[in-house]
Amino acid sequence: MTAADIHRTILAVWRIEQPRLITSLSRMLRDVPLAEDLTQEALLAAVEHWPTTGVPEKPGAWLMAIAKRRALDQLRRRRMLERKHDIIARDMEQDQQAMPDWDAALDDDIGDELLRLIFTACHPLLSREARAALALRMICGLTTEEIARAFLLPDATIAQRIVRAKRTLSESGLAYETPRRGELSERLSSVLEVVYLIFNEGYTAARGEHWLRPQLCHEALRIGRVLTSIAPQEPEVHGLLALMELNASRTAARTDASGEPILMLEQDRALWDQLQIRRGMQALGRVRELDGAGGFYALQAAIIACHAQAATADETDWPRISGLYAELAALVRSPIIELNRAVAVGMAEGPEAALVIVDGLANEPALKTYHLLGSVRGDLLHRLGRHAEARAAFEAAAALAGNRREQDLLRRRAAEPPA
Amino acid sequence: MRFMYIVTPAHPVPPTTELMEAVHKLADREIKAGHMLDSGALMPRTLGAQVRITDGKLSVIDGPFVEAKEVIGGYAIFELRDKEEAVAKAVEFMQVHRDHMPGWEGTCEVRAFAGP
Repeated sequence: MTAADIHRTILAVWRIEQPRLITSLSRMLRDVPLAEDLTQEALLAAVEHWPTTGVPEKPGAWLMAIAKRRALDQLRRRRMLERKHDIIARDMEQDQQAMPDWDAALDDDIGDELLRLIFTACHPLLSREARAALALRMICGLTTEEIARAFLLPDATIAQRIVRAKRTLSESGLAYETPRRGELSERLSSVLEVVYLIFNEGYTAARGEHWLRPQLCHEALRIGRVLTSIAPQEPEVHGLLALMELNASRTAARTDASGEPILMLEQDRALWDQLQIRRGMQALGRVRELDGAGGFYALQAAIIACHAQAATADETDWPRISGLYAELAALVRSPIIELNRAVAVGMAEGPEAALVIVDGLANEPALKTYHLLGSVRGDLLHRLGRHAEARAAFEAAAALAGNRREQDLLRRRAAEPPA
Repeated sequence: MRFMYIVTPAHPVPPTTELMEAVHKLADREIKAGHMLDSGALMPRTLGAQVRITDGKLSVIDGPFVEAKEVIGGYAIFELRDKEEAVAKAVEFMQVHRDHMPGWEGTCEVRAFAGP
């Protein structure tokens, strides 16, 4: 094995142990950012020792022992600063007595602690970007460099984002807290938002060939799965997981051999991942059991499920999709959702009904520079035989499109002869 | 990356209760951690068959169908970062066998899925 191989092996082992390390340490230190620092120190120690000693038979216990020692140092130092001498001695004694529990903690159900960890990393006080970086670092065990590469940003930017976020948490006294029952759903939305942001960052990646971009999808899916096991009664958690599993099931079918994107209706459905579709449908089933079919993520998942379940594009249940979009539009007022609804209505009822919706969006400020508005409008006009108007709409859309591939596609459509 | 694990014991000896408990605990952890996507227990190889092609000849090697009713192997599908992580998981899994059923021998084959 080369040094690089050994390093990768160590990182892999560490990543397996990290969630238990960080949760056990958080519990004893009552400080999540500090616990995360210590797991990093344990990793450094492993990198230093394992190349010569080999990976220990019980790597978790080894890492825990190191982190534990550093944690004790921290506690000592903190107490030196904060308390009187006689109290320190007593506390130290208690620490010693509490020691055996730390080992037991390795095998404990870490659900509650993990939930706390996720809620801390995704605190609404932090920006969405900071939450995403912190979550990838503390929950997924990605290094700063890996996060930077995944988001196509300089290492220093991510490092700074993480340091600032941790400082914000520590200074505001939010380093270790779990939302109360009543707050749970509200706080959960800030977690789900970040998970979905991470997923989309990987999923919509038009740029970046690096494997870390698809990796973002996997990490988001993984946090989603973790959330369903630690917050199993929250329907939106299952809804988001269903949405991500169902979207990810199309990964292999989304681009052709030269990397050009393939639209969903034109994809080879044999390439859709049936295992992932099954998992998505199971999660959606759980949403219904929990009476959450009307949730923001659940509705989007249900829409994608209509596609996933159609054996061919022609068999797509467009009336159901358009009904689901209507529900979604009633829940969240968004011109983008309205535009998507128009597409579904166009498929279910015909171009005329859809054009009414699209024309109602003409003055939406949010869509002023959104090329898909013109693209959808052009398509509807084309189907209605209003070719001159269709051409104008496609050309206007092409001028707004951000990348060359989309511009080409729209110009081709503008040049299409009457059907 | 997705990986398939196929566990095949060297001897048709059913696992002890202790081993089963330890394996279930590990599996539970991996499901909750979002790594394990699917899994299943397998009956002994003797209850299955192998269909082969060698030298252009197709042959079916059928199990002798002995009176074995115990599950003695299994498969699992995991979603992981890379091969190192997959191997580390397999090592951890096999270590559980060593800890909880001394004398157990067998193989855990790790196969990477083709795909994006």
